[in-house]
Order: sequence, then structure tokens, then C-alpha cells
Amino acid sequence: MLDLVDVGLAVVGRQILHDINLHVLPGEIHAILGMNGTGKSTLASVIMGLSGFSPTSGKVVFQGEDITALSISGRAKRGITLAWQEPARFEGLTVGEYLELGRHGSPGGGPPPGECLLMVGLPPDRYLQRTVDATLSGGERKRVELASVLSMEPRLSILDEPDSGIDALSLNRILDAVRILARNGASVLLITHQNEIAASADRASSLCGGTILKTGDPLAIGRFFRNHCRECPHGSVPHGEVPLHE
Amino acid sequence: MSDYTKEFLAMSKAYEASGGDPASLSDGRIAGLMVSHRRILRSNDAPGVRIEGEETPTGVKAKITVDPGVHVERPVHLCFGVLPKEGTQEIVSEFLVGEGAKASFLAHCVFPNAVKVRHVMDARIHVGKHASLEYSETHYHGEEGGVEVLPTARITIGEGGSYRSLFKLVQGAAGELRIDYEADIGKDALCELDARVYGKRNDAIRIKESLFLNGEKSRGLAKSRIVASDHCTSEVVGEAVGNAPGARGHVDCVEIVRGKDARVSAVPRLLVTDDRAKLTHEAAIGSVDKKQVETLMARGLTEEESVDVVVRGILR
Ligand SMILES: Nc1ncnc2c1ncn2[C@@H]1O[C@H](COP(=O)(O)OP(=O)(O)OP(=O)(O)O)[C@@H](O)[C@H]1O
Ligand SMILES: [Mg+2]
Repeated sequence: MLDLVDVGLAVVGRQILHDINLHVLPGEIHAILGMNGTGKSTLASVIMGLSGFSPTSGKVVFQGEDITALSISGRAKRGITLAWQEPARFEGLTVGEYLELGRHGSPGGGPPPGECLLMVGLPPDRYLQRTVDATLSGGERKRVELASVLSMEPRLSILDEPDSGIDALSLNRILDAVRILARNGASVLLITHQNEIAASADRASSLCGGTILKTGDPLAIGRFFRNHCRECPHGSVPHGEVPLHE
Repeated sequence: MSDYTKEFLAMSKAYEASGGDPASLSDGRIAGLMVSHRRILRSNDAPGVRIEGEETPTGVKAKITVDPGVHVERPVHLCFGVLPKEGTQEIVSEFLVGEGAKASFLAHCVFPNAVKVRHVMDARIHVGKHASLEYSETHYHGEEGGVEVLPTARITIGEGGSYRSLFKLVQGAAGELRIDYEADIGKDALCELDARVYGKRNDAIRIKESLFLNGEKSRGLAKSRIVASDHCTSEVVGEAVGNAPGARGHVDCVEIVRGKDARVSAVPRLLVTDDRAKLTHEAAIGSVDKKQVETLMARGLTEEESVDVVVRGILR
């Protein structure tokens, strides 16, 4: 589905990602585990094609097509979307309208806004008319973001910490929504810090110091993350050197 | 058809185009005032609401009173317009909202054919103790840009009272717009001034919103949302003066520039004379927020469509 080949990114002379080789298979939930500042959101931005994040080396391939130079809209039209770690706020745009926009972006015309809200555990009668501005709480905004991804029925969903800011009781709801996104051969790139969340994935990769150290079974990667990366002296200060853990 | 009927129908049509419901203009239960150029076409009282209008050589003088304690159920409808291409209209008005009263006003200002129209609004607004007034003013201008709109309001809000106004000029050419609002806010009183304008071509927008937080624990918000395209210029001055203990004021300005020839500026002016008052301001001027645009693009919209959605939202 998605292949990153030797991807590197330098921002103002600083190497944030390097030698990334990542392969997300059709229909899989692929978790990315890594500590603060290791480059997870940067990786998400590179895949979505956000401005300022075109790789300085390597290429991004989606369903066999090199999309490295493609615009954000072009990628979205091919079925890639991103749920931001800190989603944007919009004045004068209701939750219902926001979800409709995503739905129109879907080739098949995804599920209606009310249904998407239910999938993330928000009662439609209380949320459809709310504005996607600063009056939504952090957790509510995160869930609306996930609902908006659901409304697009994407081929590849990049979810940047969909679990952060979500109360413990609702986490299962969020995981259910992630599973819905991976139906019919679609894939999910699930960025998280939590092993428990990563455990629901089919495979996982651990990101450290701006590169992928290991890919494999999520439980094994989770163990690796817990036993090694948590003590990694380079975790939050990537300098382009890959620390040797093994 | 009489002249009067023709004019009434033409005004109703423009009123409808500006988003008003024309049925409300002939509904006897709804208080209202309709002025076409210098002629009063309709003036209607409702229980607790009195409208006294008088035609003058340059326009109309109006006094609108809401009796103390009255909660006006249906919004009072005001409609001011100039239908010909040219003309000057001066509205000198006084609004008196009695103690404990509650009312909302919907004003529509329509200049659909303007080539050289000047509309002056000079309002004195008194909101009594524990009274509340909401005033929404929507403008509908033609595309020619030949309008000069000069709304001035001097507002006083008594203890525990509240005043909220929303000025909207997003349809047609803004022309030359100079808003000058000044509020004297009493103890525990609240004032919110909100202006939203879409400027195009050679429109010149000047907005001044001033909050004088004179009463203890008074609160005020001066908000403006401007989108400037083509050769439009916009200048917003948001002013707050904290003169009393516990007073809180906030100036909030967003101006979006579309295209390389528009010019916008924002000047927040904050003055505190009491060390227990607190004033804040935020301004964002320039291009549309990148993250907002990219979020919508990631949902499949083009860049242009995304900017439109953001812009429509902030002017809503
Ligand atoms: N524009 C930039 N200029 C310089 N450094 C940047 C820039 N953007 C990100 N970085 C740095 O790149 C590194 C990776 O950031 P990124 O946001 O991708 O981390 P993350 O893994 O998502 O962290 P978190 O878990 O906190 O969300 C960080 O050290 C960050 O400070
Ligand atoms: Mg991050």
C-alpha cells in the first residue's frame, strides 16, 4: 500500500528523519512507536505531503505510484488522509459541515456525519451543530478529527496519536474506529506512545532518533520499545546518529 | 400600484436578498421601522416597544424605547435602504432599553443599486441596569462599490447590563466603510462588539471599536474579522481602557489578505488605569492559517476551495 524508500528530511540544516524504510501492507494496522521528539509527526507530515516536509532524500510510493512530488489534495484524492496530533480549529464551521467536507472527498461518498460521530462515541444530536473552534475540548476535537477521517473512507489513514487526550473509558471506542478504518483492504498508520494501543495493530515499527529501528510483531516491538527506547539517551535529541540498541 | 406600494415591495425585495424574511415586515406582532431613503415606509410598535420616527431633510430621526422589565419576544426589525443609484441617508437614532428589559434587534441596511450612496448612522444606545440588548446589523450592497457607510454608536451599559452587537458586510462591495463604536461599560456589565467585513476591489475599511471598562468587574470584547482581496485596504483599531478593579477587556482581530495588492493593519490599544484591571489582545493578520488550509486539503479539497471554506467560516 505505502512504501517509504530511504526517506530523509532535513529542516534548516537539521536532519530530523533519515534512512526511513517503511512498508505498510494493504489491510494492515501498522503502529509507529517512539518517544517524544523522535520524528513521528514529522513522518506523518512527509507522507501527507505538508508544506515544508518534502523529503530531502528518498521517495514515497503509494499503491505503486511515486507520490513524492504530489500535492496534499492530490494525495487525499488518491485516498490518503491525516488526523493531526493537534487538530486545527475553525471558526464558523460546524462539526456536521466539517464531516460533510470529508465525505465529499471520498470517492464512494463515505458514511453520513451522524454515523461517523457515533463511531467515535459522540452523540450526533449534541455535536453536529457545534462549531469546530476553541469551544470543543481537546478530547472532543480529537474525536471529531477521527470522525472526519472515517467520513472519507480513506485507503490509508495516518492517525497521529488518536489516543492522546482521550479518557481511558473511551479508548476501546477509538480502537474500534481504527479497526473500521482498516476494513476492505484499507490501511492505517497508527502513531502512538502506548504499548496497549500498539498491541491492537497487526505490525509495529519503532522509531528512534529519526529512523526506524525495527519492524515486526507489535508485542515484540512494544517490549523492545519498553526495554530499550525508554532509556535511549538520544530519544528526544536526534542528531542523525542511530543509537545502537541491539 | 401606488408609489408607496412599489417602494415597499422594492425594499422588501432588497431586504430578502440581504437575508431578511420579508413576511416579518408586515407582521403586526413584530415591532419595526422601515426607512427608504428619507421616507418612513413602516413604523410599528409592539407591547413594551415604542418606535417614534420623524422624517428630516437629510434622513430620519428615530427613538426606540423598550419599557423596563419587558422581555421582547420577537426581534425588532429595522430596515434602512436607498434604492436609487445616488443619495444620502442620515439616520439619527436613540435606543433606550429600560431596566431589566431584554430585546434583540435585527437591522438590515440595503443599497442594492448604489453608485454614489452615503449612509450615515448616528446611534446613542442606552442599556439600563440588568437589561440586555442584542443588535445585529447586516448590510447588502450592490457590486458597484459606490457606497459610503459611516456607522457611529455611543453605547452606555448600566450595572449588570449586557450589549452584544454584530455588524456584517459580506455581500456586495463594502465601498468606503468607517465604523466608530464606543462603549461605556458599567459595573458587572458586558459589552461585545463584533464586526465582519469582506472587502474587494478598491474598498476602504476603517473600524474603530473602543471599550471603556469603567465599572467594577465590567467585561468587554472588541472583535473583528476582515477579509481583504484585490486592492482593498483595511485598518482596525481595537481599543480597551481598564478603569476599574476587576475589569476584563479583550481585543481580538483577524484580518486575512487574499492576493498581493490588499493592505491590512491592526492596531490594538490597551490602557490600564487601575492595577486590578486586566486587558489582553490577539491579532492574526496576513495569509490564511496554513494548518487550517492543509487540514481541508487532506480531506480532498483543493487549496482554493480550502481557503474559501476558512474565509466563509470567519465571516459567518
Ligand atoms: N520546523 C522544525 N525545525 C526544527 N526542528 C523541528 C521542526 N519540526 C520538528 N522539529 C524537531 O524534530 C523532532 C521531531 O519532531 P516530531 O514532532 O516529529 O516528534 P514526535 O515524535 O511527533 O514527538 P511527540 O511524541 O512529542 O509528538 C523534534 O526534535 C522537533 O523538535
Ligand atoms: Mg508528534
